[in-house]
Amino acid sequence: MIESAIPVIYLAAAASFILALKWLSAVATARRGVLVGVAGMALAVGGTLLRPEIVSYRWIAVAFVAGTAIGIPMALMPMTAVPQRTALSHAFGALAAALVGTAEYYLRAPRIGRVTMGALTLEVLLGFLTFTASLMAFGKLQEILPTRPITYRNQNVLNLALLGLAVGAGVWLVARPGATWLFPVFAGLALVFGVLLIIPIGGADMPTVISLLNSYAGLSAAAMGFVLDNKLLIIAGSLDGSSGLILSIIMCRAMNRSFTNVLFGAFGQVKAAAGAAEERTVRSATPADAAEFLRAAERVIVVPGYGMAVAQAQHKVRELYDVLAKAGVDVKFAIHPVAGRMPGHMNVLLAEADIPYDRLAEMEEINSEFPMADVALVIGANDVTNPAARHDKASPIYGMPILDVDKARTVMVIKRSMNPGFAGIDNELYYMDRTLMVFGDAKAVVGGLVKELAGGAGG
Amino acid sequence: MTPEIELSLYVFVLATFLGLEIIRRVSPLLHTPLMSLTNAISAIAVVGSLLVAGEQKSTLSTILGTIAVACSMINIVGGYLITYRMLRMFRKSGKGKP
Repeated sequence: MIESAIPVIYLAAAASFILALKWLSAVATARRGVLVGVAGMALAVGGTLLRPEIVSYRWIAVAFVAGTAIGIPMALMPMTAVPQRTALSHAFGALAAALVGTAEYYLRAPRIGRVTMGALTLEVLLGFLTFTASLMAFGKLQEILPTRPITYRNQNVLNLALLGLAVGAGVWLVARPGATWLFPVFAGLALVFGVLLIIPIGGADMPTVISLLNSYAGLSAAAMGFVLDNKLLIIAGSLDGSSGLILSIIMCRAMNRSFTNVLFGAFGQVKAAAGAAEERTVRSATPADAAEFLRAAERVIVVPGYGMAVAQAQHKVRELYDVLAKAGVDVKFAIHPVAGRMPGHMNVLLAEADIPYDRLAEMEEINSEFPMADVALVIGANDVTNPAARHDKASPIYGMPILDVDKARTVMVIKRSMNPGFAGIDNELYYMDRTLMVFGDAKAVVGGLVKELAGGAGG
Repeated sequence: MTPEIELSLYVFVLATFLGLEIIRRVSPLLHTPLMSLTNAISAIAVVGSLLVAGEQKSTLSTILGTIAVACSMINIVGGYLITYRMLRMFRKSGKGKP
């Protein structure tokens, strides 16, 4: 009786998930979106628990308690750690899908239809490779592992050969589902491929990689839907898959790179030595000099980069925003799509520091405003401000969309030293006549600016 | 191809296109919450995990299923909670802390 309601419950859950994502499109409705998403998940879990196939709740209860106990601290991490946290949760999601696929295989083999087995191998392949790849991404983001790309000879050949072997084993399993000895080999190949896939990828490419892994985890869940003939899983999984796909395309475009280039390109060591020969001079300034320019400005655009988050300077930046806003200065923040370590990361970091979101502007929107800005203040950003991307065909970042910081009347750059950024490229912005370099730790320098400006206003 | 598989493929293709259309409209401002929300939603794998854990057909499947339920639960609890936490931080200028 109650079982006949289950399809309706699942249908309502699927509708809730679609509504959740739709409401997430704007800040005003986003929180409602999360709540309807929670309702959808509650329906899905509740509906499943009602199913007659479930004969015992004991281990389920244990798993609920364990999962909740780990899940809550993972939700309370600081915003700077959100990329790592996301990578880790991709790993958990993918592992769940892979383990269910493994269990289903051993329960059903060898009586599995071709199509079901095809979906099952896809679920297990994507699940296990995303599991280890996400753990590797977590390690790199947490800086347990070196963030520089690690390359060796014939790396791509080896990786592709391994993937080929895994796919071959999968095809074999589809043809002969009874070959139970092959299944662990297949799973092992997927696990190893996940590790090797991430080894050559550097820290700057993490936004793309995280998005791609997000997509894989979703597709793995969708494949599970085919195995279990469950439409709710297919819908939720493909929503996740398409979301990850869109985000990774946006990230690739923002860096002017292709998927293959991100996965097999190993960026970062190409041109490190080339620019060093030429000795050029920069204008360096103290926070007091810089404060003079800010005091005289009417329009200021702040360009925050990941360096700001590393220096934990976002709260000082908020104070600077407050001081300037109080003095009637129009302050905006220019956010490059790849600022931070995952899509949209910089927005969250600034929102956490209590900077109003209507002051945050995307690249397309803000670029036309730089020529009108009195001061562009670059804090911990580098490659995304390099004008070479527009005109220097020899530059490795040529063609990458950048923030047109160089068009502002005065450019100020807060930087620890003259070391080049992730791409290992010298930034010609620093050598312009209109550029002032303020050397030092971002937090200390911005703190100094705040003190100068606040002191000036008071006295 | 059986009718069930055919129907499933239709559902998959339509849901993917729907997903692409909806997600394209999400403001880049909210891309991080978007990813944590889709991450929580993809914990829908919990449905399969619960069945495998609760059916108790074999020791292996019960163990694997239990681990899978725990993993999914981490993402459900952690994913929704952190998304909500993040969204609470977004405020407009001129408004105080919520």
